[in-house]
Amino acid sequence: MHDVSAVHGESKGTYLWVWGALLLLTAVEVVLAYKQVLQPVRMLEVLLVLSVVKAGLITMYFMHLKSEIPRMRWLLTISVTGCFALMWIFFFRDADRILTLGVK
Amino acid sequence: MATVQHAVHDTHGAFEPSLFGTYSKKVGMWLFLASDSLTFGALLFAYSYGRISNPAWPTPFGKESIANATIMTACLLSSSLTMVLAVMAANRGDKPWVRNWLLATMFFGAAFTVLHAQEWTRLIADKMTPSGNPWSAVPLFGGTFFTLTGMHMLHVTIGVIYLGVIALRKKFLPVLLVLWALGFFLTPADSVFHYGIHVLLVGAVISAIVLFLKPKDYDANDVEVSGLYWHFVDLVWMFIFPLVYLMSTKV
Repeated sequence: MHDVSAVHGESKGTYLWVWGALLLLTAVEVVLAYKQVLQPVRMLEVLLVLSVVKAGLITMYFMHLKSEIPRMRWLLTISVTGCFALMWIFFFRDADRILTLGVK
Repeated sequence: MATVQHAVHDTHGAFEPSLFGTYSKKVGMWLFLASDSLTFGALLFAYSYGRISNPAWPTPFGKESIANATIMTACLLSSSLTMVLAVMAANRGDKPWVRNWLLATMFFGAAFTVLHAQEWTRLIADKMTPSGNPWSAVPLFGGTFFTLTGMHMLHVTIGVIYLGVIALRKKFLPVLLVLWALGFFLTPADSVFHYGIHVLLVGAVISAIVLFLKPKDYDANDVEVSGLYWHFVDLVWMFIFPLVYLMSTKV
């Protein structure tokens, strides 16, 4: 049988640390929402950055992507990120145009 | 005898090594998750597009909703911790703790679903529908909200069933059927969940087909692959929570 533990190598303490970091980042997001000091577009950008950090922690530690071989890690990361980048370029630039110029 | 062993060895060596240096089930699950992330990505972009391009986008989520969604987030994050502990226990070959951690994960997942169903019920009671809402003239809000969160709720429910099959195997089938019957008879007939609960029945039928046609003792690899699915469901919520709830707060 494939020996998963030999590949992963993280300890229970590491997982607890990641869990705590995820809860902390969630608390930061909730505080930002309650304070409402940022405009919607800026708020969206800040929340997206925090979400990407949380997603990175989950994929790297909980899903053990950082323990996989570099070929698998990079192929998955680049392909999915590339697709999202394309969506970002098309959707958000257009949404920003509507917001700035109005619907024509 | 020596000839037979030699032949088997040769056959084994004829297979190419895995492209990604790991077992095929895990690669298959990663590929599925990559494609599923694009599905959720499209839904999230659709919601966010509507949110920032419509100044009149409704902000119906008050303190109660945000507190509820924060508890739901904590449930999913905690479920990810218990899931990874289940994988650790599986690697040690500690079957009782694998089952315990998987049941804990299922508990958090079920709690998430119940809290989410309550949130939906509240919004529907406020006259929010997929094509309209009482707070603004932006009909897209209901459609994008229900599609996105409904899709995620379906994924969580499927995840709980998946983990139940891994943890309890055939013993999980009667549990699932009892939950379905209770859900069907206890929810009001005009509730969307009176019909939505049939997901459990479909899940029971599919689980039964898998369990009876291919009975097996699930090993550490199976637990790890189910964990990948579960963490993905958690990961998606890390985007839905801020983009849907925190971007539409009324505090």
